[in-house]
Amino acid sequence: MLELYQHHYSILHRLDARVKVIFTLAFILSLSLTPPGAWPAYILFFTVILSAVQLSRLGVGFVLTRALLAVPFMLSALPLIFTGPPPLFSIALFGEIQINLSSIGTIRFASIGLKSWMSVQAAILLAATTRFPDMLVALKQLKIPRIFVAIIGLMWRYLLVIVEEVTRMLRARSSRSAVLPGSRHSGGTLFWRGRVTGGMVGSLFLRSLERSDRVYAAMLSRGYNGEPPVFNSASLSARDRKTLILGIATLIILMLLGLITGG
Amino acid sequence: MLYVHKPMHIPDGFLSVIVSIVFWLISVIVIGVALRKTRSELVDREVPLMGVLAAAIFAGQMLNFSVTGGTSGHFLGAALATILLGHWPAVLVMTSVVSVQALLFQDGGILALGANIFNMAIIGVFVAYAVYTLIQRLLKGQAWGIFVAGFVSAWLSILLASMSCALQLAVSGTSPANIAIPAMGAIHALIGIGEGLITASALIFIYNTRKDLLKLGETKLLSNKTILISGSLIALILAVLSPLASSYPDGLERVAEEYGFIKHAQAALFNIFSDYTMPGISNPALATIAAGVLGTIIVFGVTYGVARTEKKNTQELTKR
Repeated sequence: MLELYQHHYSILHRLDARVKVIFTLAFILSLSLTPPGAWPAYILFFTVILSAVQLSRLGVGFVLTRALLAVPFMLSALPLIFTGPPPLFSIALFGEIQINLSSIGTIRFASIGLKSWMSVQAAILLAATTRFPDMLVALKQLKIPRIFVAIIGLMWRYLLVIVEEVTRMLRARSSRSAVLPGSRHSGGTLFWRGRVTGGMVGSLFLRSLERSDRVYAAMLSRGYNGEPPVFNSASLSARDRKTLILGIATLIILMLLGLITGG
Repeated sequence: MLYVHKPMHIPDGFLSVIVSIVFWLISVIVIGVALRKTRSELVDREVPLMGVLAAAIFAGQMLNFSVTGGTSGHFLGAALATILLGHWPAVLVMTSVVSVQALLFQDGGILALGANIFNMAIIGVFVAYAVYTLIQRLLKGQAWGIFVAGFVSAWLSILLASMSCALQLAVSGTSPANIAIPAMGAIHALIGIGEGLITASALIFIYNTRKDLLKLGETKLLSNKTILISGSLIALILAVLSPLASSYPDGLERVAEEYGFIKHAQAALFNIFSDYTMPGISNPALATIAAGVLGTIIVFGVTYGVARTEKKNTQELTKR
């Protein structure tokens, strides 16, 4: 499984990709602007994203658990709990030993965790309900440089081909340097293993360079002149525009609520 | 699942909005220049070449080798792309890789994408460029110089990209500088060894099979002074700033205050930096030791976590 997109018939799948891209960005931005500790606002933000998940028919469990992928990064914010400003409260561990925790630091840590969890949910919704080509068209219509969108599009198209090539290389390597029973790794010394992997990377690079030559020749033979084809960008329908304005207004209200109640 | 999430991609929610927007602006400007330069250099070959090579770097990040018991050497690709393609194309290739990782795999946030592009596609590439070129010049085109330069530039590009990542987290008030910088630095000094080994070995392979590609890279590399200087400057600034920020975190707080980062955040939150003895421990030496222990726990926690996912991943791969 390389792609997140899941085909379902839902309102979110049918929605214009531009609306989804803008709304995702607006959601993450307004959530980031909400101060730490604004729990009521967080609950409402969570309601917004949870209802969107419901609408998408992706399955609440799937989205909520996959969104936990940013959890390891929480380690970087963990020191906040101990180094945050006073007031401190202490917890007795065993009798004499006490650790002091900063309440503000703890609130901030929890807020970062919740914010990142919800932001990842929004990003998952976008990727799982929008086909990548549709997203590319949307990016192009949203004035991202056409050449850059074309590069990303071509990259996406060849991703699976090259991933398969890499998988074949890995299989070839493990078939030639099998793991002995009792040994933790295959092959020779650490340096040797590093060199073999480097050789694989080098050979992948050469193969890809040659592949890009063939792709270029094929593109030329089909009349490519250096400019990716232009999509006529239809403007958003009145209904899409209404959805977008309504959605962003909701987010702004939630953010203001957060500014009032937070911290 | 084949895709492994990497420790240097900052998710959304960890950076303050101002930091995110500032790095978006810087990245957009640099990408704009990179698009113009590669366009004039490659004309209409740009899209297929950049696209296929970005896919190759993306897939190449799956190539790893076991180090000891579950830990594995890893490949990010910024340095190799810089050495083989030149810096502007490398910026585009790495930007594409990081963007697709954020859009399709939620590896790194969308609002934080600007900062992630800055760390991996701009710092990573410029530093690799500057270091590679300088070492090449020092060694005056010796064949083995290519590999030494490849190893060192790959190692430094990873290390300095992670420093920049730690500084962004510190300025955002997410991670105290005196813990984030040593922890990130220690992890990536290790990860960088794998990167350096893979990069140097890939260069050996290409030197043995297609020497012409390296020659091409050389002439291209030696020509641009501004990038050379800016890359060296970035390396120097990060190298000086990081230890400085980690030993005087209050300085960072002052910077944050002066630029008004504090305005919308609670003023108290930035006091995190002002008082960097561990709360509850009055002896400063003890506090430093405690901070060190905490940092070490974080280092081992993160590396262990990464190792576990990696191991699972390789096992799944071999089962397929």
